[in-house]
Amino acid sequence: MLLIPCPHCGPRAELEFSYGGEAHIARPVDPASIDDDSWVTFLYERSNPRGVHAERWRHLHGCGRFFNVLRDTVSDTIAASYPAGQPRPALSPDGKGTKR
Amino acid sequence: MQSYSAFSLFRQALGGHAGWQRQWRSPQPRTEYDVVIVGAGGHGLATAYYLAKEHGITNVAVLEKGWLGGGNTGRNTTIIRSNYLFDESAALYEHALKLWEGLSQDLNYNVMYSPRGVLMLAHNTHDVQSFKRHVHANRLNGIDNEWLNAEECKAFCPPLNVGGAMRYPILGGALQRRGGTARHDAVAWGYARAADARGVDIIENCEVTGIRRTVNGAVEGVETSRGFIRARKVGVVAAGHTSVVLGMAGVRLPLESYPLQALVSEPVKPAFPCVVMSNTIHAYISQSDKGEMVIGAGTDAYTSYSQRGALHIANHTLDAICELVPMFRRLRMLRNWGGIVDVTPDRSPIIARTPVPGLYVNCGWGTGGFKATPGSGNVFAWTIARDEPHRINAPFTIERFRDGILIDESAAAAVAH
Repeated sequence: MLLIPCPHCGPRAELEFSYGGEAHIARPVDPASIDDDSWVTFLYERSNPRGVHAERWRHLHGCGRFFNVLRDTVSDTIAASYPAGQPRPALSPDGKGTKR
Repeated sequence: MQSYSAFSLFRQALGGHAGWQRQWRSPQPRTEYDVVIVGAGGHGLATAYYLAKEHGITNVAVLEKGWLGGGNTGRNTTIIRSNYLFDESAALYEHALKLWEGLSQDLNYNVMYSPRGVLMLAHNTHDVQSFKRHVHANRLNGIDNEWLNAEECKAFCPPLNVGGAMRYPILGGALQRRGGTARHDAVAWGYARAADARGVDIIENCEVTGIRRTVNGAVEGVETSRGFIRARKVGVVAAGHTSVVLGMAGVRLPLESYPLQALVSEPVKPAFPCVVMSNTIHAYISQSDKGEMVIGAGTDAYTSYSQRGALHIANHTLDAICELVPMFRRLRMLRNWGGIVDVTPDRSPIIARTPVPGLYVNCGWGTGGFKATPGSGNVFAWTIARDEPHRINAPFTIERFRDGILIDESAAAAVAH
C-alpha cells in the first residue's frame, strides 16, 4: 500500500485516496472543432510510462481535493506531490525529489 | 522432435530416462528473419507456432527479454472460458476454446486442459439478470452456458456457502461446463517445443531496445541487447510492456498497465471440484493438480510496472473467499505475486496492424488473456502472414477507439476490473 503525501493534509495511507489517472490531460478548448484522432488522443491514449508518471489522486476520505503526484512506476516511489493546477515540477537529478 | 507417448515414456524408463532430449534449442540470433515476435509468452509462442504450421513461415524468431513464459503466462490463474456477452468477443474466445480442446494432441504435449466447469456466481438481482442475459446471448452464439439456481450451485460445488448467513448471498450462477483450467507453464513449453521443431528460433535473454524503421517509415528490424536483428515484419506481444515497446516506434496506444495479483494456498487434498468466480465480491478460485487453491485477486488502482500488488487487494479477495467457502478460513496462503496487465478502455484486446507498415500488435488482454492463448496466436499469425486481419479479429483494431465501435466487455462482464 502506498503512503501518499497529500499536499494539504500530509502523508496518508492509500486507502484514503481514489486514483484519477494520468495528470495534465487538458480537455480540448474548442471540442466541436477537433477531429476524431484528436478525440482519441484526449479520451484514450495514455503515456503509460515505465518510469516517472504524473498522476491525479483525490483525497476522498480526507480533504476531498484533487492533487497531482509524480511516482516512479517501476519502484512505486513517490517523488513529489503538488496541488492541482500547478505545472509538473522538474525532478532533482537523483530522482528523489523536486528541484528547489 | 522427440515424440511423447506412453510408449516413449516406457522406452525411456528402460534406459533410466537418460535419453530425453532438450525440448527446444537455445540458438544464437541470426542477423535476419522474415518475422520477429517480441515476447515469448503463451500468445507470442502460439503466434510463432501457427505462423509455421498454418502459413508456412518458419524463418521466425521469438525474442524474450527474460525467460520463456516468465511473464503473465506464468503468473495467471489458468482459467479458461468463452462465455462472453458480445458477438465479437464470443467468436474470439470460442475460437480459442475449440483449440484448447485439441491442443494437447496438436502439440503432442499435455497442457492438462481440464474442462471442470466455470461457475460464475450471482449475488444480487442485477447479477441474476445480467448472467441470464449472458446465458441467452451465448446460446445464440452456440456457446454452452446454463443457469443454475442456488441449490443447483450447491450440488455442483458442495463447498459453497449456500443458504448460510452472508452479506452477499449466492442466488444462483452461470455455469460453462466446457470451461476449466490448463497448466499454464505447459502451454508455453508445449508451444515453444512445437514451434522450435518447425524451425522457429526462441531467443531468451534478448531485450528489444529499439525498433528501426526505413526512410519511408516501414519496419526494418529491431535493436536488441544482443545486436540488431533485421526483420520484414515485427509482431509485438509484450503484454504489460506493450506501450513501452510500441513507444520505440512512436506509436501511442490506448493502454494502461496495472499490477494484477494472484496467490496460492498450501496444498491440500482434492476439495474443490470446479472453478468458481464471483465478479460482484471479486473472488476467483480453483484447485490446482498440486492441491493448492489458486486465487485471483484484483488490480491495484494505479498504473505500475512493479510486478507486485498491495496487500489490501489480496486481503479483499480473501475476505470474499472466506465468506463463499467457509472451510477455507483456516487455510494458509503460501505464495503471492503480481503480473503487469495491459488494459484497454473497453477491456477488449487489440489484435491488429499498427500505423507503421510491417509492425503488428497483439495486446490489451488485461486481466484475462490466458484463456485466449491459442485463439489469439492463431488469428495474430494470420494477421501477420497475410497483412490483413482474420475474420475473427477484424473488429479488434486500434481504430475502433477513433470510430467509436468499442467492444465494451468492461460493462458487460460486470467485473470490478
